Formats: sequence, structure tokens, C-alpha cells
Amino acid sequence: MSKVVFERPHALTDLQFTYCPGCTHGITHRLVAETLDELGIEGTTVGVAPVGCSVLAYEFFACDMVQAAHGRAPAVATGLKRALPENVVFTYQGDGDLASIGMAETVHAATRGEKITIIFINNAIYGMTGGQLAPTSLPNQVTQTSPFGRNVDNDGFPIRVVEMLSTLDGVALAQRVTMDSPKNVRAAKRAIKKAFEYQIEGAGFTIIEVVSTCPTNWGLSPVDAMQWLRDKMLPYYPLGVYKDIKADGFANVAEAAAARAAELAAGSAAPAEGGEA
Amino acid sequence: MTEKVLMKGNEALAEAAIRAGCRFFFGYPITPQTELAAYMAKRMGKEGGVYLQAESEIAAINMVYGAAGAGKRAMTSSSSPGISLKGEGISYMAGADLPGVIINVQRGGPGLGGIQPSQSDYFQATRATGHGDFHLIVLAPSTVQEMTDYVFRAFDLADEYRTPVMILADGMLGQMMEPVVLPEPKTEFPEKPWAVTGHKGQRSHNIVNSLHLQPERLEETNIERYERYARIKATEQLAEEYLVEDADIVVVAFGASSRIARSAVNKAREKGIKAGLIRPITLWPFPEDVISAAADRAKAFLTVEMNMGQMVDDVRLAVCGRKPVEFYGRAGGIIPTPAETLAAIERLAESLEGGAR
Ligand code: SF4
Repeated sequence: MSKVVFERPHALTDLQFTYCPGCTHGITHRLVAETLDELGIEGTTVGVAPVGCSVLAYEFFACDMVQAAHGRAPAVATGLKRALPENVVFTYQGDGDLASIGMAETVHAATRGEKITIIFINNAIYGMTGGQLAPTSLPNQVTQTSPFGRNVDNDGFPIRVVEMLSTLDGVALAQRVTMDSPKNVRAAKRAIKKAFEYQIEGAGFTIIEVVSTCPTNWGLSPVDAMQWLRDKMLPYYPLGVYKDIKADGFANVAEAAAARAAELAAGSAAPAEGGEA
Repeated sequence: MTEKVLMKGNEALAEAAIRAGCRFFFGYPITPQTELAAYMAKRMGKEGGVYLQAESEIAAINMVYGAAGAGKRAMTSSSSPGISLKGEGISYMAGADLPGVIINVQRGGPGLGGIQPSQSDYFQATRATGHGDFHLIVLAPSTVQEMTDYVFRAFDLADEYRTPVMILADGMLGQMMEPVVLPEPKTEFPEKPWAVTGHKGQRSHNIVNSLHLQPERLEETNIERYERYARIKATEQLAEEYLVEDADIVVVAFGASSRIARSAVNKAREKGIKAGLIRPITLWPFPEDVISAAADRAKAFLTVEMNMGQMVDDVRLAVCGRKPVEFYGRAGGIIPTPAETLAAIERLAESLEGGAR
């Protein structure tokens, strides 16, 4: 009798991923699928796929799936969740999708406290269209459409998405993770699972930003891409928990927002966001 | 049950949608359809439904996409500039074969245009609401009663053919008050086995999607959709005919302008001109059979629109060169008067007497 030590999560179909070697989309898909398995929610979950490299996510996840227009996944997820309040709804979006063309949908789903989970892939570039400047491309980063490097005078500054969203009252959990080591993958898994748990408990809007690689469009080998992620991306996009209302002792965003409003009214607002207050 | 109540067009639309089983309304403020959203905001909660003011027209139509994908009866409403923004989402709904109802209470354009009633979105509604090969079923009410009846019907058509359906109204119909008989609330709805509701481990996953990277597969979906459109064209064309039987001049007008056209036709008859009216109710599918049949008997056609001449193209296609087709219209939010419409009929009658044919 042999013992199974590793197998495909049930919540992934048996289709071959279409991702490039060294791309962290694959690991992230797996962690989401493991979460659906462990929480026993594959049968009640509806996922929303974006436009971008992960557009075919609707074929890879075994739960019910919807393909959304570019950037509109949070609005589609809002319609789904309002229609199916007992189900679990998540979106899986890249940086162009979420932080550029879909920023309005993202911010408003967050501030409404939609009880959805967003898995946000930040790899500082447009992958599927062949490596153009993204809202998260780093200063001086060379891309197809910033051939001399991102010039912040012309192109503006990259957006730190979870920091920005953590200022909104509707957000229950905003955390940034990465996939560059077994330790960080395990931490990412815990964060993703926590986000889904918060959604199930009705805590509020949850987002996990995954600092990711795109070896193909960065023009690097998988190993060098991982090193570039550590050297360049993590200093600009520090890992961490930017908002966690449960760690702050609140059951949901309504409670947390009421406490915050009272603090502000009393003129004694806590100086910093983040788990420890 | 047959009791009449006095209602504003926009409110009648909203109430009829609720009675048709719509429990999800996503909107964004825009004149002149605001009463509809306000009515929904008041009523939806009491019906156990959702009223949500979206951050944009784009988000609103995508929320409809989500709720419709989940198998629910969902609706959004707007006015001309807002419909342009919804074009993307409407195309995705068509591509993913999602039912849903879109209300356009038209105002004048292009651009920000104005806020007075117009019919200048006829092309947009019937030709190219968004990118790609697709059509919407488009219904054009001309009374508050029809606002009520057609929105009720729109949800059934949407479910039956798995297509978005548009109610093309205008600011005049939206704002006017008339007595209406409201429909009895609908209690039975079709099954939607394709909806994404969570597979519960009992089926393989459902996917709501409009992407087909293989050209052959994409073409197949287009062909299948056009077969459905052919069925819609064969069975759903709807028009009202008024005094057409013996008419020399057939006026063609829809929606608000058909009300003016009707009184102009009556006045023409008083003056001894044999005029009649065809009022398209479905703008897509266009009632070409009725128009084509009329072209065998009538001497000429006059389309009357609140725009620079849009539906006139469809009338010409249906008449197919057999008889002259003229146009009379006012744009910018101006409603043509019965007198000037009558004058247009008279001019046409004179030109026919002048021995043109
Ligand atoms: S292009 Fe980049 S993001 Fe897309 S699959 Fe390849 S490596 Fe991943």
C-alpha cells in the first residue's frame, strides 16, 4: 500500500495550466484550491476570472466560474454575492485588471464592504499583452512601453494597493504575501485561507495581494526572477498585514468602522493602521 | 385586479419589473430616469430584493451580469450617455448568453447632449449597443400602460432566448402620468440549469463566459446565437397597424413620436388624405413583414422620429425601393407637433399628386 503524499487539490480541474515556467500564478492557484478543499466550500463557491494571463482561471478552478470584462470582476462579484449571499465569491485579478482599468470597481467594492475575497496578483507588468507598463511597475523599470525605464515625471508613481485599500472602512483584511520561499508560501496559504474564513464569517471585504513573478516579460530566468522579486519588489511592496479588523478585536467592518468614527470624533484617532493597535 | 392607478411612466416601469420577479436593481443617477431608481430604492427592500446604487454605469451593468449569471432576474436603467457606458457590459452579457433587462429613458445627444426627450439612440439600440456580432431584443412603449406591459414581457423574453432585452423609452414617456392596470405578480419562473450557483458536488462546474480563443469555436457560438436571432425574427416581430388597410401614405413612428403621428394621421384623414400608421413595437426584431406587406398597397411612407433620421433606414430596407420613403423629425429634445407632422404628410401627398409616380 502506498501512501498519497501529494495530489492535485479537488478544487482544481485536471487541465494543464497555461502559465510560463517560473510564474507564480500556478502556486497561487494551488493555494486557493487547497483553501476551497480544506474549508469544504468548492460546491458553494463562485469564482470570477479577470482579463489577463489568468483569464483561463475559469477552466482551472473546479468551482462554478464567471469570466468578467477587464477590471470589472469586483462589480460582477458584487452582483453574484448580492444574489447568492450564502455562497462564497472570490475574484482573481492581475495588476492591470485590478489597479488600472478596474480601480473604481475595486475601491467601491472595498468601501461597500462587499463580502467577497480578492486574490490580487502584483507582478509589476502586463503579462498577457507582452510586458507593458503596469500601475504597479517600479520607478525606472524597463517595460515595452517604458523602454527607458518608468519615468515617474511622465508615468507617475506605482500604486501600493493594499496600503491604499486599508484606509477604507469596508475592508476587513488587507494583507500582502509572496511566493519566494516555502516559508512565505505557507504564510500566503494562511493569509488566503483567513480571507475566505473572514468572508464566510461575514466580516467584510478581504484582499490578499500576492507579489508575483513574470519571468517571461521581465526577461529573466525563473531563478533570477525570484531574486529580482526579492531585491526590487519586496522593498517597494513590503509584506505584511495592513488591516485585520478581527485581530483588532472587531467581528465585522461595521463594528470596526463605528469604533474608528468614534475615535475620530473624539479627536484621538489612532496614529497607525495595522494589527497591533 | 383590473383596477386602474395613476402612475408616472418611470415608476410604472419599476413596479412592473418588480412584479415580473426582478429582485436585483443596479443603477446610477442620471436624468431623466431618476424616479425609476428612487422607486426601486423604496420598494426593493420590502420585496426582499436588492437595490444598489453602483459607482458607475459600467459597474451597474456588470452587477447585472453577476446577478444574472447567478440566475436571478436583474435590471439596470439609465439614459443615453449612461447606456453608452453600459455598452461593454451589454456586449459581454450577449456573449455569455445572459438574460437581463436594460431600460433606456432616452435624451438628446450626442455627447452630454441635453435632458429633453429624444429617440436618437435607435441606432445604438438596434445596431451596435456594444462591440461584436449581437443583437438585443428592443421594445418601444408609447404609453405608460405599455411601459408596464413591455417590461413585464421583457423579463420573459430575456429568459426564453437567453439574451439581454432593452426597453427603449424616452424622457416624455418616463415623466408622463397615465392610468395603468398593473400585472399580477409573477410566481413561476423558468429553470436555469446553466446558472452559477455553486455546483454542490452534484454537477461539473458551470462557467459564464464569452471568451473563445479558438476561431472555429467562437464562430460556432456566433452561428448558434444567430440561429436564435432567426427564431426571434420569425416569431417576435410586433407592430400596431392603424388605418393602414386603405392608406396611400403610411406613417411609421415608434414610442412617443407615434402618439403625435397618430393625431397627425387623424387630421390628415379629416382633410381627405388617406393616411395610416404603422407603429413598430419591437424595434429589433424590426417588424419588416408588416412594412413590406404595406409597401404592396401604399403609395409612400413617411417615418416620423425624434432624431435626425434613424429608423427610416430600417423602413427603407423593408420597403426595398418599391415606394418612396420620406423622413420628418425634430432633434435636440424637441417633440414634433401634430401640425408640423400633418404638414409633412400633406407635402408628401402633394408630391404624389404631382405625378411623381
Ligand atoms: S506572461 Fe508572465 S504572468 Fe503571464 S503566465 Fe507568463 S510569466 Fe506568468
